[in-house]
Amino acid sequence: MIRLEKRPQPSRLWTIVTPLLAVVLTMVVGGIMFALLGKPPLEAIRTIFWDPLFHPQFAGYSRPQLLVKAGPLILIAIGLSIGFKAGIWNIGAEGQYIMGAVCGAAVGLAFYPSESVLLFPLMVVAGALGGWAWAMIPAVLKTRFGTNEILVSLMLVYVAENILASASAGWLRSPEGMGFPGSRNFKQWPAVFNDELVANTGMHWGVVAAFIAVIGAYALMARHIQGFNIRLTGEAPRAARFSGVSPVRIVFLCLGISGALAGMAGLFEVTGPAGQITIDFNSGYGFTAIIVAFLGRLHPVGILLAGLLMALTYIGGELAQLMLGLPGASIQLFQGMLLFFLLATDVFTNYRIRFAKGELA
Amino acid sequence: MDPVLLVASIMVSATPILLAAIGEMVVEKAGVLNLGVEGMMITGAVIGFAAAVGTGSPVLGFAAAALGAAVLSLTFGFLTQYLLSNQVATGLGLTLVGLGLSALVGAGFEGVRAPGPGKLWIPGLAEIPVIGPMFFRHDFMVYVSLLLVAGVWAFLKFTRAGLILRAVGEDHESAHALGYKVVRVRMAAIFFGGACAGLGGAYVSLVRVPQWTEGMTAGAGWIALAIVVFASWRPFGVLIGAYLFGGVTVLQLNLQAAGANVPVELLSMSPYLITILVLVVISARGVHGAPGSLGRSFHASA
Repeated sequence: MIRLEKRPQPSRLWTIVTPLLAVVLTMVVGGIMFALLGKPPLEAIRTIFWDPLFHPQFAGYSRPQLLVKAGPLILIAIGLSIGFKAGIWNIGAEGQYIMGAVCGAAVGLAFYPSESVLLFPLMVVAGALGGWAWAMIPAVLKTRFGTNEILVSLMLVYVAENILASASAGWLRSPEGMGFPGSRNFKQWPAVFNDELVANTGMHWGVVAAFIAVIGAYALMARHIQGFNIRLTGEAPRAARFSGVSPVRIVFLCLGISGALAGMAGLFEVTGPAGQITIDFNSGYGFTAIIVAFLGRLHPVGILLAGLLMALTYIGGELAQLMLGLPGASIQLFQGMLLFFLLATDVFTNYRIRFAKGELA
Repeated sequence: MDPVLLVASIMVSATPILLAAIGEMVVEKAGVLNLGVEGMMITGAVIGFAAAVGTGSPVLGFAAAALGAAVLSLTFGFLTQYLLSNQVATGLGLTLVGLGLSALVGAGFEGVRAPGPGKLWIPGLAEIPVIGPMFFRHDFMVYVSLLLVAGVWAFLKFTRAGLILRAVGEDHESAHALGYKVVRVRMAAIFFGGACAGLGGAYVSLVRVPQWTEGMTAGAGWIALAIVVFASWRPFGVLIGAYLFGGVTVLQLNLQAAGANVPVELLSMSPYLITILVLVVISARGVHGAPGSLGRSFHASA
């Protein structure tokens, strides 16, 4: 008879061990899955986790991609983690990411072909504001009417996707694109192109912003009174109310931060790696960031590492697709499994396992 | 626009959401919030499609979809009920796993045609002019979904098992103290919810579209979750909600086809906007009726 006994507080050791355990379990089950698909399991795992960094031929291309992909994931996940800590479930980061990109790009394109150095910072602000505004919709509805923010923020993803479609085919379409959908290409507009800051590192402004966000989130959650209030609201909502923390302000703060960061990530992506507004420039980062936030234990440093790991699976997945003909969707499943195993092994963090002989009374 | 055709197509368009929503309602009545409806639906869609293509029988397709999605939902059940993981996070995980799994399984089925269920004319009733073609000339799943709503209503209202399920959802501590097996009841409810979501998904891939494309449920599972809130956890509320939503979907598709002077994107986003609007109206009214233990983990201490 196995019994669970609640720990007085979460085990610090297991908090660190469980993500690693989840990665190992995912590799094992993933390997079995690859074997079932008729692919060599060990080679597939190595292609996903090792080759992007150390393969003599491909690493030169794929190593910089690590930061390119990790940047937006970390930036979005940091914002989400703050809300998750407070029990505010913004799962529509994908929509905020899209709206940030659309708003930022629209502001920039309004000044085309300006070469002003102020333009790019202005676009970043517009992107952040776009994502912030999109996240304010669930925030206002939740605080004013008590509407569930999970469903509203998720519904708004589909609305944002339609706005993106109309922007790319209509009001942001490049006049020189010969009628093809898609905006002007930012890569051909030096004043706003979010290029690599150091050649062959993948380091662009979005990655810098992600690092700043990690430090900022750490300072906020560990040192600032608002961070304490956020954690208190999540862990003991009644105690938070009695001590004078306004739940309304926490909702606005958390959704605002995560929306602004997601919007910024969208702008950096569209002016950098993506290059232009197209109907499918968003690659689901807003959803993957949810996994990153949990895998990183909602802790800034953890998220930094989890973001890099998740970026690795993206690049490794592409490589495995190329080299082994692995279906692209298997990586998506791989990432989903990672979250599942993490949630499953988390039982060790919060509970002690007791083996009792027979059942006592 | 022909009103007969309109009503008939609303019924078809509402059925997948109705199936998923009535299942989720039972799950929530047992006090469990499973946000993985979308993942279970899309898994049902691909399994049902594959099984129908493989066996040539749509009935077997639906059965396989229900079983497959229900088994998938048991992973959610195991994590949340036995390993006591957070229900919101686990439900999201279930959706992500389902989307990945379905894309993987379905890769070989793009562009394939599946056998759809034939129309089932209800003897006698189908012959009535106007009303017959509206309501009594559908495939069998439309009737199954309606019977399911009635069945769930009767189960919750009149049976002892239904009473226990509601007790577990309202106050799991008390239900446990009375000797009911909280976790077992919840696992059964989760299984049922998974099966219903699977049927709904298979209805999308076998009847509504009917073919397989990646991510084809396009948020239907999330809308089903919203409809449960809209219905204030009552079976006939779920029915009304699903049919209202089906009506909106059919209307906007018809407007698109008719080339109305409205941007296509605005029409495409209208179902989601209306869902938000409805959620706001419902929550502003302040009448909730949510089960007392909804979303809380149960751990029998000592």
